[in-house]
Amino acid sequence: MDIANAFALLSNFVLVPALAYGAQLALGALGVTIIFGILRFANFAHGEMMSFGAMAAILATWFLQSQGVSIAPLPTALLALPIGILAAIGMACLTDRFVFRFYRRKRSNPIVFAIVSVGVMFVMAGLIRIIIGPDDQSFADGARFLVTVREFKAATGLDQGIAIKQSQVITVVVALIVVAFLFWFLQRTRWGKAMRAYSDDEDLALLSGIDPEKVVLIAWIIAAALAAIAGTLYGLDKTYKPFIFLQILLPIFAATILGGIGQPVGAVLGGFIIAFSEVMVTYAFKRFLAYLGPGGWVPDGLVQLLSTDYKFAVSFVILVAVLLVRPTGIIRGKVI
Amino acid sequence: MTKKVALYYSLMGLVLIAVGFFQSWNVAFGILNLCLISAIMALGVNMQWGYAGLFNVGIMGFTALGALAAVLISMAPVQEAWEVAGGDLFLSLLSLVGTVVAIMLARRAVPRGLRPYVVVLLLIPGYFLTMHFFGPATERIEAIDPALTGYLGGLGLPVLLAWPVGGLVAAGAGWLIGKISLGLRADYLAIATLGISEIIIAIIKYEEWLSRGVKNVTGIPRPVPYEVDLVEADWFISFASSLGVSDTSEAAGVFVKICYALLFIAVLAIIMWLAERALQSPWGRMMRAIRDNRDAAAAMGKDVKARHLQVFVLGCAVCGVAGAMLATLDGQLTPTSYIPLRYTFLIWVMVILGGSGNNWGAVLGGFVIWFLWIQAEPLGSWVMNVLTAPMPEGSALAEHLVAGSVYMRYLLMGAILLLVMRFAPKGLIPEK
Repeated sequence: MDIANAFALLSNFVLVPALAYGAQLALGALGVTIIFGILRFANFAHGEMMSFGAMAAILATWFLQSQGVSIAPLPTALLALPIGILAAIGMACLTDRFVFRFYRRKRSNPIVFAIVSVGVMFVMAGLIRIIIGPDDQSFADGARFLVTVREFKAATGLDQGIAIKQSQVITVVVALIVVAFLFWFLQRTRWGKAMRAYSDDEDLALLSGIDPEKVVLIAWIIAAALAAIAGTLYGLDKTYKPFIFLQILLPIFAATILGGIGQPVGAVLGGFIIAFSEVMVTYAFKRFLAYLGPGGWVPDGLVQLLSTDYKFAVSFVILVAVLLVRPTGIIRGKVI
Repeated sequence: MTKKVALYYSLMGLVLIAVGFFQSWNVAFGILNLCLISAIMALGVNMQWGYAGLFNVGIMGFTALGALAAVLISMAPVQEAWEVAGGDLFLSLLSLVGTVVAIMLARRAVPRGLRPYVVVLLLIPGYFLTMHFFGPATERIEAIDPALTGYLGGLGLPVLLAWPVGGLVAAGAGWLIGKISLGLRADYLAIATLGISEIIIAIIKYEEWLSRGVKNVTGIPRPVPYEVDLVEADWFISFASSLGVSDTSEAAGVFVKICYALLFIAVLAIIMWLAERALQSPWGRMMRAIRDNRDAAAAMGKDVKARHLQVFVLGCAVCGVAGAMLATLDGQLTPTSYIPLRYTFLIWVMVILGGSGNNWGAVLGGFVIWFLWIQAEPLGSWVMNVLTAPMPEGSALAEHLVAGSVYMRYLLMGAILLLVMRFAPKGLIPEK
């Protein structure tokens, strides 16, 4: 019984939240890795792209709510998500047309692209704050919990309960569908194969008649759609804060590099590793160990490796370790 | 100096003087002081990017380390904290050093395959030993009068000393980071520095025993007189009246700002002189040769990695000096105010606009961008007011847009960066 309690405790505070967070990071990292694979630069504007897509989804949610449209018990935001995706895709296409295409034609250095993406980041950050303001926005509606602690305890008779928020389930389900669709696209379709070929060897792909502009366009569309989905899910799970997206960019980069740059499978893996490390390193294992130990025994102190304040720092420690030990990442990607 | 440089600098000077006449001299000198600090940061970035092509996106971290140095040098020590926890802190430091030494020795003693296991095996007891002393010590320190102190305090030395020390601290951090990430290629360096700067901010934010964290350190001693003292000082009153100024309190504000400006100009002049000397020297030519063609320079026998580390450390040191100056000017350390948009990416816009690779350009960029960053707020609200003027009175959309006009500055900075990168990639004052 105690082992079951310990497991329930761990699930409630570590496994479930980390799974949802990992799914959000994985979606973000997939976008970064695809842009890297095709356009070969680290896109600093990706966090703001997530924010932009989420903002459009929020505005659409508000509109739907004001019209009385609802798909309760699911959140209205799911209905508004396509609008967010379209807005992000539109934004990505605009920036590519007016900003990045110029440097692509000039075959500029990847650092130039990265610096230019900083400019794009500034512009998007400004637009977002002018349109929706700098404040937190909560836009989740519908049922809040799928399983509450009380229900779980009543059903199992354990001391510890597991609460599962609806947003967490939605996050994981949506992420699964999106990732499955993306891998199907990359592995099975003509344009997916073209993209992989282009990513592996640009010259060879050009020789075999692949239109580079089209590959780039598809890459932007996929990355923007992933960004909008990731941003909306993140906002749904926590709250939407414009300021948070520059911060979340860092764990996303860490996940990308950890998984191997340009490797979609690695991005997903990296996202979950980063999320689980962040949550586990900052979790106090005191009560968990107390359940596992002999009756009445309680460990001294909280048995916490780092205070929760260092949550974001964990991803960088991992990042630095990866850079030192295996710069190509878990699944050998490209070294930038 | 060419005519163009002189022209740009005099224009910038005229604009600041215009602010003095039309807004107030207090505002003008306030802007000038931050322009000077920004210019120093831009010089640091220019050394790394302009001379050597290193893309450092962690300037915020080095600036914050400089600011931390200002606290640790100039604040009065908290005796009580040292008494209750000094010994334990020392023991925890000793355990940390002991662990590191033990790991280094053990790594040498065992065969290569076993090394990772030995490291982990030693790391775990080392960590718990260090925390055994460290945890309780910090708790005791933070418990002492948390509303006022709750930290170790500083050394109580003159704050001007913190400026070079801030540079040294940042240089040390830069050396460590450079060692880790300079061997890798460009984008990795960017992401690694971005991450490490966030770690530095996290440490300053949450290690309250060291920096008071989010409770902020206020009242960092000043190297210049206080306004309240000046207003009462006889010599100042007679000095002000001899200049024909009636409002002594405003005159005191301006006087203090001029004192700061003189100090900052002196620092900027020293760094500028050194930077120019370095750039014109064989060392500067070598750096540019490495930047332009790394492989060729390596083939000529230049140690690319060592030179990159060198210039990276120098650039970080300059940013650290600027950070210490900034904390001195503000008189406080507020860790939450360190955000990358302001302390990292804005500095980059300065360097790109001014002209990367040219020190005069970087300084000019610092002035122009800081000025625009400050003035974008009134400008933005004016633009928004004009745009929303045709809308009906009390329209919610109009109010929302006017409220959001502060963020026009992000838009403006992004637009400047994108336009310069596209149409004038060499910046206002191109590299010679």
